[in-house]
Amino acid sequence: MPDFVTGDPIADTKAPAAPLENRWDERKFAAKLVNPANRRKHRVLVVGTGLAGGSAGATLAEQGYHVVQFCVQDSPRRAHSVAAQGGINAAKNYRNDGDSVYRLFHDTVKSGDFRSRESNVYRLAQVSAQIIDQAVAQGVPFAREYGGLLDTRSFGGVQVQRTFYARGQTGQQLLIGAYQALSRQVDAGNVELHPRTEMLDLVVVDGRARGIVARDLVTGEITTHLADAVVLATGGYGNVFYLSTNAKGSNATAIWRAHKRGAYFANPCFTQIHPTCIPRSGEHQSKLTLMSESLRNDGRIWVPKQPGDPRPPSDIPEDERDYYLERQYPSFGNLVPRDIASRAAKNVCDAGFGVGPGGLGVYLDFADAIARLGRPAIEARYGNLFDMYQRITAEDPYAVPMRIYPAIHYTMGGLWVDYDLQSTIPGLFVIGEANFSDHGANRLGASALMQGLADGYFVLPATLNDYLGGTRLGEVPADAVTPVETEARERIARLLAVRGTRSVDSFHRELGLLMWDHCGMSRTREGLRKALDRVPELRAEFWRDVRIPGRGDELNQELEKANRVADFLELAELLLVDALAREESCGGHFREEHQTPDGEARRDDENFAYVAAWEYGTPPVLHREQLTFEHVHPTQRSYT
Amino acid sequence: MNLTVRIWRQAGPATEGRLVSYPVAGLSPDMSFLELLDVLNQELIAAGEEPVAFDHDCREGICGSCGVVINGQAHGPERTTSCQLHLRSFADGDVIDVEPWRAKGFPVIKDLVVDRSALDRIVQAGGYVSAPTGSAPDAHATPIPKPDADLAFDNATCIGCGACVAACPNGSATLFTAAKVTHLSLLPQGQPERAQRVLDMVDAMDAEGFGGCTNTGECVASCPKGIPFASISALNREFRKASRSGRR
Repeated sequence: MPDFVTGDPIADTKAPAAPLENRWDERKFAAKLVNPANRRKHRVLVVGTGLAGGSAGATLAEQGYHVVQFCVQDSPRRAHSVAAQGGINAAKNYRNDGDSVYRLFHDTVKSGDFRSRESNVYRLAQVSAQIIDQAVAQGVPFAREYGGLLDTRSFGGVQVQRTFYARGQTGQQLLIGAYQALSRQVDAGNVELHPRTEMLDLVVVDGRARGIVARDLVTGEITTHLADAVVLATGGYGNVFYLSTNAKGSNATAIWRAHKRGAYFANPCFTQIHPTCIPRSGEHQSKLTLMSESLRNDGRIWVPKQPGDPRPPSDIPEDERDYYLERQYPSFGNLVPRDIASRAAKNVCDAGFGVGPGGLGVYLDFADAIARLGRPAIEARYGNLFDMYQRITAEDPYAVPMRIYPAIHYTMGGLWVDYDLQSTIPGLFVIGEANFSDHGANRLGASALMQGLADGYFVLPATLNDYLGGTRLGEVPADAVTPVETEARERIARLLAVRGTRSVDSFHRELGLLMWDHCGMSRTREGLRKALDRVPELRAEFWRDVRIPGRGDELNQELEKANRVADFLELAELLLVDALAREESCGGHFREEHQTPDGEARRDDENFAYVAAWEYGTPPVLHREQLTFEHVHPTQRSYT
Repeated sequence: MNLTVRIWRQAGPATEGRLVSYPVAGLSPDMSFLELLDVLNQELIAAGEEPVAFDHDCREGICGSCGVVINGQAHGPERTTSCQLHLRSFADGDVIDVEPWRAKGFPVIKDLVVDRSALDRIVQAGGYVSAPTGSAPDAHATPIPKPDADLAFDNATCIGCGACVAACPNGSATLFTAAKVTHLSLLPQGQPERAQRVLDMVDAMDAEGFGGCTNTGECVASCPKGIPFASISALNREFRKASRSGRR
């Protein structure tokens, strides 16, 4: 059987054929409205309460829709957006340093290695300024200057200071802003909240998304919730790699089950590896911890010039250090984009220059910055990150350089959506990291928060009106619901009935290692093949031999994990097929067969300037969406 | 290193719980406390027993999901979250007691997992600024003095883990509520609802069955994010002022 078959091309038909800067306005004007008095008659399900889901739920409820909101955590405030540290981009140009909507758009398309849609990215840059206004109005305590105005800092891949931040806890503060807005609507009775509840399946009736099947994680009760539209805001699937910076509960179940019901999955192989994580310390490791990218503003990255140099860093004189990013990329230096910084770290470690246990680490050194600015200034900027590093490693980063290494962080792939953020299933909208649309093959730092909030506060609330206003929806017949619910029950029962010998974690760890080795920072045809042989075997072993203690009608965390790992075992295969089919290197997807003589990624715009939108099937069906670049002309990305 | 953990096992809210002792060998001091529970759970599963249920998610000390009472102290001996507590804080051979948050406002669900949704209901009662999407003025339209913004931020760092409640002899949620009230009352955006907010949030706190505050200070000692004691005085000031104004 072939790895995949090719289907008809796919296209986004919702972005108006207007000049770039007018497209969003024109789309909003053309979109149908729903009379405020009629809005309360519409039920909308929102799955997930992170930046995208929380902001969407709050805004839709403010508009008058009846929102039913779900999250797997015990409180919406704990969604994984809470862990984003560094900041959020916005084209405010408060610094008067030459920033503009167009420049943010330009930087994002370029950083995404020309694999994102110009229309979507331009809109993202446009609404970015409004996001900051909205968050400030909610009381989000952004960092401020002594004059009382907002402070900004710079981030990787750009040469202006457009990143707004709240110490090292920007994600938490923005999420709490959205959570508070959502809480206000819960109190007003406009949002019905279901925490500790997991989506198991999507109910599709007459080709339209009409509800979800969900499991109460405390009682195990499986119920169906019906609505006029379903919004998935369930984040990324980086935990397919087991070790990642994602929260332990981050999973792909909602988007994967929707994919199996007909939603196309786009660019699954685009995974972002973050360059500044704390290296792993041993086999016991359950997850990896990210140090904010903002550290690269003042920290200098280096390795000893002598491979395996046994001396402590302070004993290595300046001329025996290789500040390899500053050497290779003089104009961006330590602030090159994430994919470049990550691969550079891997390359120096692979060449034997790495530091720390196993040689899998590079130094991130603040000695110069402390000498120049003084320790109090560094404490004010990064204090909590330094404390966190010290707590985890038991080393004092004020005295010795930090050690960092790249780790799986963010997934640019996700369910395919059009300009309206609607998937290939009408009535199913996908927002935030769960969709694929704005970041291309690599995400610019501080843009994930921006996209989540842009989608939730501003984009979806405008486009969902068009769907609800332009669609006549009948009652959902009971016989359409029963089979989906039965299937969900049977799957849970089947998992519990295996009663095998291996724990869920042992399968997950094996899958993760396989994916990291063969589909991680660099990929080869041979390695991908090897993984493609192993994943189906592992999946079969899982269903034959997994051991899940306990019952289904109670809080059963092993059952929750098993349910999700079963999906990762399927998604992993599509990820590998996608990586194999993309015979080029771009962004986070680096195929060793496709590189320039000096080891940089070599794109193939002639053959691969498309979004790979996969339809579920055996084998999967590839639908190509051709990307056109009218404004930012594809060139070899250069940061030298 | 080798440790013995005595863990609170409770099948459900209606069943009796008890401490069960488990020896765990071959641990690394670099492991987090939750990784110790991971290791134990893998052993329990292999032995055909039920693993210990505990809440956790980001494991970076920011989501506020995790939290257990370790040797009588919320989050254990260091001032951090349970996920950021490392085994190097213990000595080889130690016997460690692990229990769930205990408070009337936090009923046990299973083992170490408790129901903290009461904290959400306190926020729902008024812990927000009413700022519907799309109505915001330019962010620079309202400058905020840096000291105010910084102090607001210090209070906004609360992760809602509930350690303050678990540590309090009265099971009070005052520090949690104080952090939110103080954060918003320091900012110009929080002014119009200032009086109503504190009255409603304090009412909700009482209605959820949390105890009163007697200035014991255990909450502050156990708060992994260092929410200051002064926030409680600030809450009391806000409450008195709002009560006098008769605003309802």
